[in-house]
Amino acid sequence: MTARIQMQKEAKRGEVIRIRILIQHPMETGFRLDTDMKKVAKNVIRSFVCRYNGAEVFRAELSPGIAANPYLQFATVADASGEFEFSWVDDTGARDAVRESIQVA
Amino acid sequence: MPLAARAQSREEFFASFDSDALVKSVTGGVAAKRGRVKLELPLLADNGNSVPMKVEVESPMSAADHVKTIRLLSERNPERDMAVFHLGPRTGTAEIVSRVRLAGSQRVVALAELSDGTYWMDTADVVVTLSACIDGTG
Repeated sequence: MTARIQMQKEAKRGEVIRIRILIQHPMETGFRLDTDMKKVAKNVIRSFVCRYNGAEVFRAELSPGIAANPYLQFATVADASGEFEFSWVDDTGARDAVRESIQVA
Repeated sequence: MPLAARAQSREEFFASFDSDALVKSVTGGVAAKRGRVKLELPLLADNGNSVPMKVEVESPMSAADHVKTIRLLSERNPERDMAVFHLGPRTGTAEIVSRVRLAGSQRVVALAELSDGTYWMDTADVVVTLSACIDGTG
């Protein structure tokens, strides 16, 4: 699993910044059939968490109702320089995380 | 079922969705007020597999007054809860953009729970020409 993140690298203290993330994932609904007419097992990203300097600022529980290669845009208040950690887990238990740093002046 | 086969107008079709009952199935019988929430979806989606969605809630997002959760509910998808977003004072602004899957034309509900315990909602009607694949025949 890979992801692309778009967010500003520098911010003023107290500024609301928008974070955009695109995760590569099939988000299998569990309703699709393969060529042998067997059901393709459901596999979606269950949970997505954004932590800012260790503290959770945003969390999302997703379902097959979210498109493949899920895209999310959300916001947070830039209050200190440090690190963002974006982590997610899917139905197979596969986990992944990406980190981004920010400078707050 | 295609819209035309139902032999009813667009208004009648979307009015057949009972969004208040859908909301109450989540909140445990508490009704949600209209307003404050703004759900944006296209009027017409050619393909239900990826439909752009934006939801905004009017809120100062302070420690005393903020949005706790935003839920996206669907009446026609196999799973009612499309997504649950957990927010807080550190989220800054209650605005989420994503892309959803829709298994057919329907009325989608965005339900926000505020820190004072009140619920607010908005709905959006989407005509889906080609549904997201929910079985082998689609």
